[in-house]
This record gives sequence, C-alpha cells and structure tokens, in this order.
Amino acid sequence: MTEISGSDPLVRLEGVNKHFGPLHVLRDIDLSVGRGEVVVVIGPSGSGKSTLCRVINRLETIDTGTIVFDGRELPAEGRALARLRSEVGMVFQSFNLFSHKTILENVTLGPTRVRKVSRQQAEQRGMELLERVGIASQAGKYPAQLSGGQQQRAAIARALAMDPKMILFDEPTSALDPEMVQEVLDVMTGLAKDGMTMMVVTHEMGFARRAANRIVFMADGQIVEEGSPSEFFTQPSTERARDFLSKILTH
Amino acid sequence: MEAVVDELPVILGAFWLTVKLTVVSGVISLIWGIVLAAMRVSPLPVLRGAGALYVNVLRNTPLTLIIVFCGLGLGTVMNVQFSRDDLSLNSFWLSIIGLSAYTSAFVCEVVRSGINTVPLGQAEAARAIGLTFLQTLRLVILPQAVRTVIAPLGSLLNALVKNTTVAAAIGVMEAALRMKNLFDAHGDAIIPIFLGFAAGFVVLTLPMNLLSGRLARRLAVVR
Repeated sequence: MTEISGSDPLVRLEGVNKHFGPLHVLRDIDLSVGRGEVVVVIGPSGSGKSTLCRVINRLETIDTGTIVFDGRELPAEGRALARLRSEVGMVFQSFNLFSHKTILENVTLGPTRVRKVSRQQAEQRGMELLERVGIASQAGKYPAQLSGGQQQRAAIARALAMDPKMILFDEPTSALDPEMVQEVLDVMTGLAKDGMTMMVVTHEMGFARRAANRIVFMADGQIVEEGSPSEFFTQPSTERARDFLSKILTH
Repeated sequence: MEAVVDELPVILGAFWLTVKLTVVSGVISLIWGIVLAAMRVSPLPVLRGAGALYVNVLRNTPLTLIIVFCGLGLGTVMNVQFSRDDLSLNSFWLSIIGLSAYTSAFVCEVVRSGINTVPLGQAEAARAIGLTFLQTLRLVILPQAVRTVIAPLGSLLNALVKNTTVAAAIGVMEAALRMKNLFDAHGDAIIPIFLGFAAGFVVLTLPMNLLSGRLARRLAVVR
C-alpha cells in the first residue's frame, strides 16, 4: 500500500524542527503523505503528534525545515496562506464549531465567504454533507444543542464543504464519551474508503489497523518508526514502539 | 411645580438635544471602539501600539478636558467648523467629537475583554477553513465577543447619557445647561426644576438598562 506515496506526494516535510520555548517538540521530521493515503500518527502524549498535524496548515509555525503542499512551499502569511488553509481541512479534538452559528451555517460559512459560492448552492451542498455524516435533521440547531459525537460529525462536514485536498484530524475522538467514538470513526472510515487523503492523530488503535495505509509512530518529537499497520502492530521494529504497544494493547 | 409645567417645551427640547448627543456619539463610539479593539488584537505591532496609546491617553483624561479641548482647541484655535453661521450646531458637533473620542476608548476595552472570552479554538477553526484575519474577526470573533459584553456596553451607554451634560462646558444647550438657565429664571422653583430634570434622566436611562439586560440574556452564546 505504500506505493501510493510514490513520486508526487501531496505533502512533504523535510528537516522540520519546532521548539516551544526550551521544549524541542519536532526534531528533524521527514515525512511524506501521498495522494489518497491515510496516515495515522500514534505515540505517547507529548510526543509532538498534534504539533506535527498543526504545522501542515501552519496553525503552528516551524523553526527550520520545509513543508511542501501540493507542489508549493507553505506560504508564510496573508491571503496565500488563507488559500492554502482552505485546501486543507482540519478537525479538532474540541470540535470548535462556531458557537453563534447553526450547524448548517457552520458548514456554509467557508464556501460562501472563501469560495464565494452562492448561499443557495452552499446550503444545498451543506445539507448533502450533513446527510452524509448522518445529522441532516440537526441542521437548524446550534452546536451546544448537539451531542459531542454529532458536533464532531458536523465539524467533519464543515471541513468537507471546502472540498479539501486533505483533512487533518487532531485527536478527533479524544474528547468524546465512549459511546460516541464509533459514530465518528465510522464517518472517518467512510472518508478513507472514498480516497480522501488523511492524516489522523489518534489513540484509536482499532481505527488505525482498519483504515490506515501507514502508521507513523512518534516519541519525543521524533518519528521513531513507520510502516504498514500489519507490520507495526504485529512486529514493531523498535523497543520504544514495543513498549508503547504493550502499554495500550493489554487493556 | 408650575415652573416645570410652564417650561415643559423648553425642558423637552433640552432633553431632545441630550438624546441626539447620546445617539450620535453612541453610534460613533461603538464603531470606532470596535475598530480600536480590532487594532489592539491585530498581528501588526504598529496597530497594537497605536491602539494601546490612544486608549490609555483618552481613558485617563477627564472628559471635561477633552470636551473643552474640542471646543477651544479644535473649534477656536484650529478653526474646525461644521457650520459658518450656526454656532450651536458647531459646538454640538465638536462635543460629539469629544464624547465619541472618550467613550470609544472604553468601548474598545469592553469589546477587547469580550474577545478574550472567545476560546482560541474558534479563531483556529476559522483560519483552518481559509478565512482571512479580518474575516475571522468580523464573522466569528466579534459577533461572539459583542454578545458577551452587551450588559457592560449598556452601562457605557448609560454613562454616556449622563456624560453628555459635560457638553454644557462649551455651551451646548443640553439638559444640564438648560436646567442651570431655568434656575436663573425661576429662583423660587429650584427643587421642582431639579427633580424634573433628574426624573428626565431616569426616564432615559432606566429603560436602556432593562433593555440591555434583556438583550444580553437573549443573545447569550451558549457553549
């Protein structure tokens, strides 16, 4: 399956370093994500997984190194950066739906304001997407009126509404009650099957096994190991990964 | 009491001027205050510095000084004129400049505190779908920020109603100056006239307080 990330990757990180004060959160990261590939990033907390996710749409800046998205280096700021972000969807741990807007308005805001799609068209497409993630009946409600799982599915619909080339998932199920995790993972699995390019930071090992093309294991700001899910989960090659897996897979 | 009834048209006229001062400088202060707040949270250090300087100077200068500066400094020395022949119209607009310049500094700080209540994730989500800084502010941050500070903005408006009386310092015939003139004309009815004017201010401010309280509850952003 790794052939997907062949000659022309969608994202390429080279020698990326990032510090938060004295903390070296990303150390010499080299990573490519191919078109249509699903990369799942796992690792202990504080290993830099979320930061790795966030530097790709420049919600975090990097200190050194280069990040190339779709053949162009990430713009530093301004309209060019906004345009890049509109092509990279992002789903957050805490959903971050716009609290003062209805679910449908959340989904149509980007298309109407960034892509200049007509309201009517955006609403039609928005309803299709809400249908797809299974919450069309909630379209007129405000985020606070929905359950966590519904909110996260709305957030996925909001990302999809921009027709992104890739979606970044930053621990999308970590803030959910256990019974709501599955409904979100189901939507994500569906997206992966449909060929969406995804980078998913998660602790859901079942999802990683099922949906990932490649597992990236991070610890202490470094990529320690990467490989196919079957390789990684059955015979990890590093001690660090074996140790991590033994801690999470026993329960 | 008779004096109040006799002079009612004059008193109402004076309060009408108070209302006009309040509404016009209220609207200008709200707009300018929001612009200042946007400057103070902008990514550009120059704008942030300019906003902070403005707010700190205006907020820490007595309103009377600002109004007198507008009347004498702008009006007389720098010859800023809004009407060649109508002096009262001139001082009306000069006092509006002073009231707005002063009140907007407070509006800025109230709105900025509202911005600080909006979780960072809201701005991140807005940026992540490709909104620019100004769109993020206008479409996502400010609508939520302003809703959370409606009650304190109501208090500022309440203060503004009463602050319009300072315009008397440059001869604007609003309620307070008119009251002083009526004292001169009706020396035997000072208490009734005073009570009449005091009641007039309460009539203006009380409904405003009720309205802003109700609005704050209705528009509250639920998280």
